[in-house]
Amino acid sequence: MVNTAQSNLQLMRKLFVISLAMFGFGFALIPFYQKICEVTGVNRLLKQDEVANTQVDTARFVTIEFDSNLRSALPWTFRPLQTSARIHPGELTTVMYEIRNNSTRAITGQAIPSYGPQFADRFFKKIDCFCFTQQTLQPGESRQMPVVFVIESGLPQNINTITLSYSFFEVEGTAKKAG
Amino acid sequence: MEAASHAKATHDHAHSHDDHAHHPSGLMRWVTTTNHKDIGTLYLFFSMTMFFIGGLLAFGIRAELFQPGLQYWEPEFFNELTTMHGLIMVFGAIMPAFVGFANWQIPLMIGAPDMAFARMNNWSFWLLPPAAILLVASFFVPGGAPAAGWTIYAPLSTQMGPGMDLGIFALHIMGASSIMGSINIVTTILNMRAPGMTLMKMPLFVWTWLITAYLLIAVMPVLAGAITMVLTDRHFGTNFFNAAGGGDPVMFQHIFWFFGHPEVYIMILPAFGIVSQVIPTFARKPLFGYASMVYATSSIAILSFIVWAHHMFTTGMPAAGQLFFMFATMLIAVPTGVKVFNWIATMWKGSMTFETPMLFAIGFIFVFSMGGFTGLILAITPVDIQLQDTYYVVAHFHYVLVAGSLYAIFSGAYFWLPKWTGHMYSETLGKWHFWLSLIFFNVTFFPMHFLGLAGMPRRIPDYALQFADFNMLATIGALGFGLSQLLFVAAVIKCIRGGEKAPANPWEGADTLEWTHLPSPPPYHSFETPPVVK
Repeated sequence: MVNTAQSNLQLMRKLFVISLAMFGFGFALIPFYQKICEVTGVNRLLKQDEVANTQVDTARFVTIEFDSNLRSALPWTFRPLQTSARIHPGELTTVMYEIRNNSTRAITGQAIPSYGPQFADRFFKKIDCFCFTQQTLQPGESRQMPVVFVIESGLPQNINTITLSYSFFEVEGTAKKAG
Repeated sequence: MEAASHAKATHDHAHSHDDHAHHPSGLMRWVTTTNHKDIGTLYLFFSMTMFFIGGLLAFGIRAELFQPGLQYWEPEFFNELTTMHGLIMVFGAIMPAFVGFANWQIPLMIGAPDMAFARMNNWSFWLLPPAAILLVASFFVPGGAPAAGWTIYAPLSTQMGPGMDLGIFALHIMGASSIMGSINIVTTILNMRAPGMTLMKMPLFVWTWLITAYLLIAVMPVLAGAITMVLTDRHFGTNFFNAAGGGDPVMFQHIFWFFGHPEVYIMILPAFGIVSQVIPTFARKPLFGYASMVYATSSIAILSFIVWAHHMFTTGMPAAGQLFFMFATMLIAVPTGVKVFNWIATMWKGSMTFETPMLFAIGFIFVFSMGGFTGLILAITPVDIQLQDTYYVVAHFHYVLVAGSLYAIFSGAYFWLPKWTGHMYSETLGKWHFWLSLIFFNVTFFPMHFLGLAGMPRRIPDYALQFADFNMLATIGALGFGLSQLLFVAAVIKCIRGGEKAPANPWEGADTLEWTHLPSPPPYHSFETPPVVK
C-alpha cells in the first residue's frame, strides 16, 4: 500500500506540472499567434506596403474619407487637415494629419488604422504612415504627419468610397512614467 | 471486462465494512466526508440543483421569446439570462454530474477501495458550492451578471461591471476543482486497478473518463489563463485583448476555443462511456468492437485540439486556414461514426429489453446523431458563415448537449440507482420521464433548425414576425421539457426512500465489478481487499 501511495503522489506531481505548463501555454499562445500573423501577413496594418503596379486609372474616381479618433481618454487633439479626397486608383496621394498634446505631460501614442468597408484594406496600400511608429509629444507640442498611399486599381468596381479611420491609443506605461 | 464477470464473488468485504462505519453523522458527515460514494452523491445533487437553476434561466429566455416584442425583460437582462444559462449548465450541471458518476463508479468498476486522494476529492467538491454562489450572486451586483455570452468574448467581457469579476472568479474556482478532480481520476485509474484489470479490460466508462480527465488537465488551465488575462485587462492595465494597447480581441477567441472545443468533448466522452455500459447490458451482448471504441475515443480527444477555429470562420482567416479547420472538423465524424456503428452493432441480434436506462441510451444515439449531423453541416465553412450565430447553431448544440450529455446522464442515473440506493426505481415514472423528455425536447429544439435557416439570430430578445409561430412552439416545448424533469426528481427521491429491494445484479446483462462483486447498495467501504480479475 505504501508503494501505491508513493506512486500516486508521484503521478499527482507530474499531472500538476502538466496543468501548470498548460496555464503557461495559454499565455504563450499570444506571442505564438503574433508570430503567425507576422509570417502569414494577417493583420499587417502597421507595416509599409509594396505597390506593384502604379498605372493610374484616370477613367475612375474613388472618394477617400478621412476620419480620426482618440481612445482611452487620451488628452490630445487629432484631426486630418482635409476630410476627403477624390482620387484615381493608382494615383500616389499624400494627406496630412495633425496631433496636439493638450496635457502637461509627455505622452506616447500609437495610431491604428481601419478601413470601411473592411476588405478595402487589401487594396489600400500605405507607403508611408505616421502609424508605422509611435509618436511622442511633449506638453503642448503639435505635429503634422503625412500618410502616403495608393489605391490599387484592382479595387472592385462597386466600391466608390473608402473610409480611412485612425484611432490613437496611449501607449501603456507612459502615463505612469510621467506620473 | 468480460473476464470480470467470471471471477467468483468473494464476499468477505461485505461484512468488513461494519468496523469502519465510524463516520460523523448528520451534516458534518457530508462536509468532512472523504468517501468516494458520499462525494459522488454530493456532486450529483449539486449538479441537479444547478440543472434546475439553469433551467429556470432557460425558461426566462423562452418566456421572453414566446411572442415577438419585449415582454418581460430588458435586453440587457436577457443577455444575462443567456450567458448565465450557458455557464451554469456547462460548468454547474453537466460537468459536475459526470464527475459525480466518476466518483461513484470508477472505484467500483476497477475494484479500488476509494479514489487515490480522498481528501483532495473532498476539496474538489466543496470548492463548487462557493463558486456557484459567486456565479449566481453576480445577478445582484451593480451592472448585473456576466452578459457576454457563455464564451465571455473580449472586448465585451473586458468592459462589463463587477458581475464579470464574480463570474471570472467562479470559473477559476470551478476550473481548479475540475483539475484536482481530474488528477484524482487519472491517478486512481492508472495506479489503483484491481490485480488482473489491465487497461484493455477496463469498462469503457472508465476508459472514456481517463481520456476526459487528461483533456481537462490539458485545457482547463488554458481557460484559467484566458480569463486571468481578461481580469488583468480589466483591472491591472494589461492589453492582451485591448486593441487600445496593441492587443487583439480575436486573440481571446483563439485562446478560448483552444479550451472550448476540447471542453465540448469533455462533456460528451463520459456520455459515450455511460451509453457503452448500458447498451451491452440491455442487449445482453458484449460491446461490439471494444478496442475500436477505445481508439475512437482517443482519436476524438486528439482531434479536438486541432479544430478550435471552426468556431471562428467569420473572423476573417485565410482560405488555407478555413480549409484546414473545415476538413479537420469533418474528420471527427469518422471516430464518432465508428462509435455509433459499434452501439448499433451491439444491439444487432441482441435480446433487447427496454428499461428506462436503455430507452435513454437509444434515445441518446438517435437524437445525438442528429446533433452530430448538424455539426457536420456547420463544419462546412460557407454554410457556417451563413449560419453563424443563428438558431441553427443553438439547435445543433442543444441536440448534442441535452439529448447527448443529459440523456446519457439520465441513462446512467437510472442504470446505477438500484446499485447506489439498493432499491429499484419506479419503471413507470422512468418511462414517463423518458417519453415526455424526448417529445418535448424535439418540440423545443427541432423548430430552431428552421428558425436558424431562416436567419433568426441567437442571443437577441426580439425577432421578426415571421419567426413567431416556431418560437411559440419552442416555448411550449421548453415548458413541457422543464416540467418533465420534475418526474426525474420524483423518481430519484422515491428510489432513495424505498421501493422494491434491488438484488446485487438487477440487470441480466451487466458484467462489471460493481454488479458481480458487490451487494446493492454497496458497503460504505468496498473492495478493501481488491477483487481478482481474470
